[in-house]
Amino acid sequence: MIRIGVDVGGTNTDAVIMDGSDFVAGSKRLTTPDIISGVRNALGATMDEAGGKVADVGALMVGTTHFVNALVRRRDLAATGIIRICLPSGSSIPPFSDWPADLVAGLEGRYRLIHGGYEMDGREIASLNEDELLQAVRELQAEGAKEIALSSVFSTVRSDMEQEAFDLITKAFPDQSVTKSTDIGRLGLLERENAAIINGALRPLASDVVESFLALAKEMDLQCPLYFTKNDGTLISAEQVSRLPVLTFACGPTNSMRGAAFLSGIKDGLVADVGGTTLDVGEVQNGFPRPAGTAVTVADVQTNFSMPDVISIGLGGGSIIDREAVTVGPDSVGHRLLEEAKVFGGSVLTASDIAVAAGRTQMGSSAVGDLPDLGDLVAAMDQKAADAIARSRTSSKSMTVIAVGGGAVLLPEELDGLPVVRPPHYDLANAIGAAIAQVSGEDSKIIALAEGMTREEAIASVVEGAKAAAIANSADPDTLLVLSQSDVPLAYLPGSNLAISVTVVGELNMKGA
Amino acid sequence: MSNRLTKVDREALAWIAKGSTVLGAGGGGDPYVGRLMVQQILGDSGTVDIVQIEDLDHNALVLPIAMMGAPQVMQEKFPSGKEIPKLIEMMERLLERKVEAILCIEAGGLNSTIPFIAAAQMGIPIVDADAMGRAFPELQMVTLTLGGMGATPMAMVDDKGNGATFDTISNQWTEKLARALTIEMGGSAMVSLYPVLAGPSRDYLIEGSLSKAYDMGKILDEQKSAAAHVLAQTYAGRVLFTGRVRDVERRSDAGFTKGKLVLEGQQDFDGKGMDLSFQNEFLAGWVDGDLVATTPDLITLLDANTGGPVTTDMVKYGLSVHVLGLPCDPIWRSKEAIKLVGPRYFGIEADYTPLRVG
Repeated sequence: MIRIGVDVGGTNTDAVIMDGSDFVAGSKRLTTPDIISGVRNALGATMDEAGGKVADVGALMVGTTHFVNALVRRRDLAATGIIRICLPSGSSIPPFSDWPADLVAGLEGRYRLIHGGYEMDGREIASLNEDELLQAVRELQAEGAKEIALSSVFSTVRSDMEQEAFDLITKAFPDQSVTKSTDIGRLGLLERENAAIINGALRPLASDVVESFLALAKEMDLQCPLYFTKNDGTLISAEQVSRLPVLTFACGPTNSMRGAAFLSGIKDGLVADVGGTTLDVGEVQNGFPRPAGTAVTVADVQTNFSMPDVISIGLGGGSIIDREAVTVGPDSVGHRLLEEAKVFGGSVLTASDIAVAAGRTQMGSSAVGDLPDLGDLVAAMDQKAADAIARSRTSSKSMTVIAVGGGAVLLPEELDGLPVVRPPHYDLANAIGAAIAQVSGEDSKIIALAEGMTREEAIASVVEGAKAAAIANSADPDTLLVLSQSDVPLAYLPGSNLAISVTVVGELNMKGA
Repeated sequence: MSNRLTKVDREALAWIAKGSTVLGAGGGGDPYVGRLMVQQILGDSGTVDIVQIEDLDHNALVLPIAMMGAPQVMQEKFPSGKEIPKLIEMMERLLERKVEAILCIEAGGLNSTIPFIAAAQMGIPIVDADAMGRAFPELQMVTLTLGGMGATPMAMVDDKGNGATFDTISNQWTEKLARALTIEMGGSAMVSLYPVLAGPSRDYLIEGSLSKAYDMGKILDEQKSAAAHVLAQTYAGRVLFTGRVRDVERRSDAGFTKGKLVLEGQQDFDGKGMDLSFQNEFLAGWVDGDLVATTPDLITLLDANTGGPVTTDMVKYGLSVHVLGLPCDPIWRSKEAIKLVGPRYFGIEADYTPLRVG
């Protein structure tokens, strides 16, 4: 069965065609301002390269920077109102605190605080009041809010009040689009709420993006389901991405790490993705990126949705060399590498030039010139890369560094004492990561351990729920594995209660496969 | 002595919050939430007046204000904003006099910013001093205990509007009872305790703490990766070690995060090793087996690449750090003080030896 993977990055758009786990064809084209023509170019070139072998495509999988770009550029954002369920607590720090003023203005940020929410142990701070909730919605709508986001104190411990509020709003206002904070973020009210607001603001754009990809698929005669890749390296359907676009924010690094693990056959290791300007290092554990533990700043807003733990440093193929200071980067010639680097006849000494001079790779046709200090410069470059590798390690255990991305040739054979490998098709790892993405299912419940029910049985029942969700998302039931699970006891409630959440992953169940 | 602050605006508060993480000695909680609360009250142009303790009348009532409980709870459940006015009203009723200034009990971490909420809300000044000069985990670990001053009368108010007052037989009992009620209130509460008169308390307070946090915040921001060395020079401390984290061991024990850290030397310390032990804050450090610093002296970790303080919660394998040793205030070096906050109180079998400088 054939799968097509597309990765839209800041500089390049990559497309690949995979037949099962075999690489069929792939191309790299410049990303265009409208995004979709770049995708059309890369996809067209890849399909031409594959020739007649693209019949019966099972799925089109897309990783894109659309949404994070819209936020960074403050464009195509919808007016979003937030209702925080928290009173009497919470009013000392209102929503949108510490946001950049221009972004709040762009979203026409408005908010209401209403009664409710939970304590850390699941007790109610106050009950939810339907009239107060619906009044808040009416007021925000009257003030121009197109999107509503909901947050609630300790909704990560108990999500039922946020769900109840969601149900009440959608019942009273069937056309109102509502984002729940628990669908996106983790512990940390402000950060989770911020992520929910951003999600709301991006929803109309997400619908447009989905439509433009569906139109392109139709134009290219691809009669297959369309999926997008999430931050955790699994897929969401086109319908889901139009509801939860922020879940795809960090798919770029994730796809490259998943692709690197797949291409090298190494499930536990470090991935060094070298682009034109930056080196991104992260760890894969069982083929998936290790998630970041703390708050993540996106477009100057603190958020905490699940993102891979990636260290990004200014070292790429276009990094500019300062011979006097003996430094490499962080300034870079970026996408002008093909004009400005010495090997391409330009006048700027770049990391690519010293890699060529050191005999690590061949590119371009012009001479780099005499470099008596070459040894020092290469040592400075390698030390910088080694430091990023060292910072990414979580143990002294020996592991392999998988080098991917267009600039992977810059790296030496060993970093921080670890061997470096460069798998085949390393420069297309992103799109390959998208093409091999799996399907996940999640479930979380609070279970009161009744007589005779053990913790293990309670967890098993939630695992079943997560599996059912994955199968509903088109996962192949025979391939499901538990990716993560957690259970937290809730004190100060009558009886013994466990908050359990489970994520499972499996292969996409292809139609006709 | 460097210049003392007279006013704090939004920007100065950000410096204080930043610098307070150095004084947190690895603990004390993230001051971010407290800073946001103060900013909300001050707006873009509001300020809080800072006074020196000597400028207050001998009999002026000074009230410390602090947050008690788990700083992590405050990441999720923010105060209502009505806690502090109620606290102050309760304390004034109990003490039958008006408060004239607010005091910071703990200059390290979250509690460096909480008293500013009180000062901004009540429109009264905050004293440029504190009662720890750093962060400590328990309520009785304040310099005022050394002066024989009691934590009570103490008041506690939660986000729902519940208030309680304590009248106890010892500061240890106050810790025990207040801790239990904090949990019932949802894991965090605002408290006012150790009410003092300006004159009698002066000999037991660590003066200039807020100005010091401000200066430290500026050094962190301006010096980046050189901050550890500049801080050591400026505050008569020493960079005890530079190295990479090669092992972190953490466990939760009776509400505290306890653990150990192993560093492998880099730069000037190539070939050496350092062990650190912590309980919320860093407690003691050994280089190649020799004790080089212990509580109550401050041990703070700074990221060797960015210069930012690294707390015991966030320290991770692979991180390169400078270990900065700073001397505690001399008041903590008496025999009686060492009993209260020295290494043996925390279960470390070593005698306190003052930090060697230079």
